[in-house]
Amino acid sequence: MDTTHDTRAPAAQNGGQSQLPQVQEHLPRNPGMPLDVDWVASVQANTSAIERRAATLPGRRSVKKEFQAAWLCKAVSLIDLTTLAGDDTDGRVRRLCAKARQPVSPQILAALGMEGLTTGAVCVYHDMVETAVDALKGTNIPVAAVSTGFPAGLSPFRLRIAEIGESVSAGAAEIDIVISRRHVLTQNWQALYDEMAEMRAACGDAHVKAILATGELGTLRNVARASLVCMMAGADFIKTSTGKEGVNATLPVSLTMIRAIRAYEARTGVKVGYKPAGGISKAKDSLTYLALMKDELGDRWLQPDLFRFGASSLLGDIERQLEHYVTGAYSASWRHGMA
Amino acid sequence: MSVKEIFESMDYGPAPESAKEALAWLEAKGGIAGPWVGGKRGELRADMESRNPATGERLAGLTKCTEAEVNAAVKAARKAQPGWEKLGGHGRAKVLYAIARGMQKQSRLLAVMESLDNGKPIRESRDIDVPLAIRHFYHHAGAAQLFDSEMAGRAPHGVCGQIIPWNFPLLMLAWKIAPALAAGNTVVLKPAEYTSLSAMVFAEICAEAGVPPGVVNLVTGDGETGQALVAAEVDKIAFTGSTEVGRRIREATAGRNIPLTLELGGKSAYIVFDDADIDSAIEGLVDAIWFNQGQVCCAGSRLLVHEAIAEDFHARLKRRMDGLRIGDPLDKCIDVGAIVDPVQLQTIRTLVEGNTAGKTYHAACPLPATGAFYPPTLITGLSPSDPLMQEEIFGPVLVSTTFRTPAEAVELANNTRYGLAATLWTENVNLALDMAPKLAAGVIWVNATNLFDAAAPFGGIRESGFGREGGPEGMRAYTKPAKLAAAPKEQKAFEGDGAPEGGIDRTAKLYIGGKQVRPDGGYSRAVHGPKGALLGHASLANRKDLRNAVEAMNAARGWGKATGHLRAQILYYIAENLSARAEEFAARLNALQGGHKGADEVEASVRRLFTYAAHADRYDGRAAGVPLRGVALAMKAPTGNIAALAPAATPLLGLVSLMAPAIAMGSRVTLVASEPFPLAAMDFYQVLETSDVPAGVVNILTGDHAELAPSFASHMDVDAVWSFSDPALAAGIEKASAGNLKRTWVTQRDFTTPDGEGEDFLEAATEVKTIWIPYGE
Repeated sequence: MDTTHDTRAPAAQNGGQSQLPQVQEHLPRNPGMPLDVDWVASVQANTSAIERRAATLPGRRSVKKEFQAAWLCKAVSLIDLTTLAGDDTDGRVRRLCAKARQPVSPQILAALGMEGLTTGAVCVYHDMVETAVDALKGTNIPVAAVSTGFPAGLSPFRLRIAEIGESVSAGAAEIDIVISRRHVLTQNWQALYDEMAEMRAACGDAHVKAILATGELGTLRNVARASLVCMMAGADFIKTSTGKEGVNATLPVSLTMIRAIRAYEARTGVKVGYKPAGGISKAKDSLTYLALMKDELGDRWLQPDLFRFGASSLLGDIERQLEHYVTGAYSASWRHGMA
Repeated sequence: MSVKEIFESMDYGPAPESAKEALAWLEAKGGIAGPWVGGKRGELRADMESRNPATGERLAGLTKCTEAEVNAAVKAARKAQPGWEKLGGHGRAKVLYAIARGMQKQSRLLAVMESLDNGKPIRESRDIDVPLAIRHFYHHAGAAQLFDSEMAGRAPHGVCGQIIPWNFPLLMLAWKIAPALAAGNTVVLKPAEYTSLSAMVFAEICAEAGVPPGVVNLVTGDGETGQALVAAEVDKIAFTGSTEVGRRIREATAGRNIPLTLELGGKSAYIVFDDADIDSAIEGLVDAIWFNQGQVCCAGSRLLVHEAIAEDFHARLKRRMDGLRIGDPLDKCIDVGAIVDPVQLQTIRTLVEGNTAGKTYHAACPLPATGAFYPPTLITGLSPSDPLMQEEIFGPVLVSTTFRTPAEAVELANNTRYGLAATLWTENVNLALDMAPKLAAGVIWVNATNLFDAAAPFGGIRESGFGREGGPEGMRAYTKPAKLAAAPKEQKAFEGDGAPEGGIDRTAKLYIGGKQVRPDGGYSRAVHGPKGALLGHASLANRKDLRNAVEAMNAARGWGKATGHLRAQILYYIAENLSARAEEFAARLNALQGGHKGADEVEASVRRLFTYAAHADRYDGRAAGVPLRGVALAMKAPTGNIAALAPAATPLLGLVSLMAPAIAMGSRVTLVASEPFPLAAMDFYQVLETSDVPAGVVNILTGDHAELAPSFASHMDVDAVWSFSDPALAAGIEKASAGNLKRTWVTQRDFTTPDGEGEDFLEAATEVKTIWIPYGE
């Protein structure tokens, strides 16, 4: 298949480790900065105000017709198509990778003029990295590995660091690490900073996404402060959840984290990416998230080097909406190839 | 644009709500908005027209109702009123419920009509105006259902004239009509000339909801129609609109015994402390000053930001402003719509262009090429003395200054003629709860802004008007006491030329600031008994004494912070000391008035003091049940400086009956003693002197009521004037009160009956202050 669509600059080869693919402008990585505890301590997050803002977001923005179709295609290009289950097998992962290469049926993509659309990445456990890398050979689609004792992050620290190295060696271009929630809950910002910095170093050229597991951090203020500390320690992305917590990505959490990203950029000039994960399963939700990124951070954050959805079932709903746009008739899930 | 091009640009694109249905509705109804009287459409004439401010296109013709048409509407309302009242609480509740349901069924038509006519974004009319209006009818269906128990002893006024503004046409209609109807009133409502269309839809909903003919009447037109309605034979007037027009209504109704509710302009402070969630506070500003294009009476239009964070705050705010989307109000993806009319747009331009102070920043967002649009604007670096810090702009223009300390924030916030709302942002609960009572405003939002609900009272103080809308407080404004005993007849002072009885001469002075003082003018008048005996001399206070009394009240502001328990203790102490001198007072009262009822009057006065001592720590606010995780506290704040003219009859009881509720609630009071029988009051100040009443909390003057009343009513530092004196004083008091739009209460009561005490008095001695505190972690 044609793997280079004209909207995207040449990207790193799958399995290489230098950069994220699919973007026009190559951004410098976040070099991090010394831990600024005063700044961290000054950060506030007023829960009820954030919730009210989040509640009105879907009503404030609306995209229709060809704009909606284009936005949904954009959402597809930003999905980290994910399988993180104990029963994952080579076959299951290869199926997922096939779906990542061809996320929407060729007929629909042709009708939209969007041939060559792929998902942003494939996200798997370490043991599945090699399989995924192999299955995605010849594409621009990077493989992301969850790492560091995912999802709880409570295995011995040296093993967590070693795990990163192994995944990178196996060909993962992106590493989704989990932070130690206890450092946030005890407000041991130095420990969180040191842990994050060491993990970032272990990633080498692979990009690192810091999973905050926001559902376990207790307050939005903690979410905001942990976001800042992880960015100070060099995270390329901050990510909400493992998908395994009781509460995963929500709009209030997202608003809190992207405000932190904005503050970090205002202070350092460095753009950090954002990945909401878990709980985003409807096409309409993905539009709200895109609008949130566009309005709060700007259009630059609508590219895969700065924004990803951690999702699996979202794609199916988007496929149905796209078919509806193309044909005018409401669609059915069994008409679309499963992952 | 192709999908692929949009995939690159990621523009929003148009997302228009269709106007087709609303336009077809207008056409089917003759294309003219006109009167709705007696359950029928009146004569439709295109005397004027209603235009879409976003495009300038004509939407409909508009009938300018004549005086005769207005009077006919009032007549229809008059005819329908007794039947509507007799329908009973449940009967009215069913109709109000049906209206709410009917509005829900037509919610999209109402929303689209509102946006077409007013220019507000469809998101706001769809998600805010229309749902709040519907909620108002649901809530007041409940108020009707429970009317007999919740409003025991109260009755409707009769026919209410209601005049509403163009900024929230349907919502203000709901705020006016729902409580009036719930209480058993009938109404004649005049929508604003710019925005009469949603009221037309509402009229049809009423018909379908089974509102009896004549219960709801609408008269369309402009200011002249409004004047005719104010002049008509109505029993109550409720107005929402500009302070200027509110003042004219106050003057026009002076002396006509018409209860008024005025909800007027504002220049509400928006205070951001250094510990606030800054991004949320900025987002709050979007809801404060760019909601409805800033055409909101309670808009947070005056930003006060802590100096330490001001630079960062303004920088982030400008970035947020740049992201606002301005355009077609019917587009579901815009934030700011059109200014209601080109005239209003010009007013905003003139005000902003006339300003030379500070730095003006217009949001860098594209404006539509045509239509009445104005960019979101921030003017930083202003001082309180700059006109734009004081004048209401009523547009999307935010002015800003900085403060250093919480105390300075309070001073700056209260440095205004208005007093509608205030917003404050801090993560510190101590600071928030300390600030809220100190802010001179009827509504305070903590870490939020522009929250409204039918259960939470809304309204202002100072030149933002008086009266509350929403909740039981709002319901009371549409009721009056069901029955009042006849007040005693006016009495004249006795004349005579007798000589004083034995003893040493006692000089009755004025009582100001805790001291007995001689009158500024140096005049006194002889007071005679019924048989002509000379009982003593009473000082004749003039306007300078009155001024001094107001200064004394100002110096006694701390009384408002005294605990209810302490105020009760002092009232009990006054009662104790009065009781100890009961015989002497009884004798004095008998000597002054004749007869033998002096002892009864003293006893009644002691009881009354006990009554208000009991209320002092008991007449509390309530937590309103608003649909929010948080509380809306409807607090009872002291009214402030009250001037009260005592009735002629029962000179001691009348005086005590006005003093006690005022000071029980933390207000300060200057009493003008019974004109014919002033000496009892002069004896009474000795009781006050021995009862630990702080200086200035109670001041007592004697003199000519007709001379003093207008001076009190025009004094800008008096918050309320009560008169139980000669009814002929009403016109002068009410007219003069228009200066600072103070509350007035001019009535007569028989203070020997239960009419002479109770909730009316407590209500007059307090301002309802609604403090919204959302919470959550």
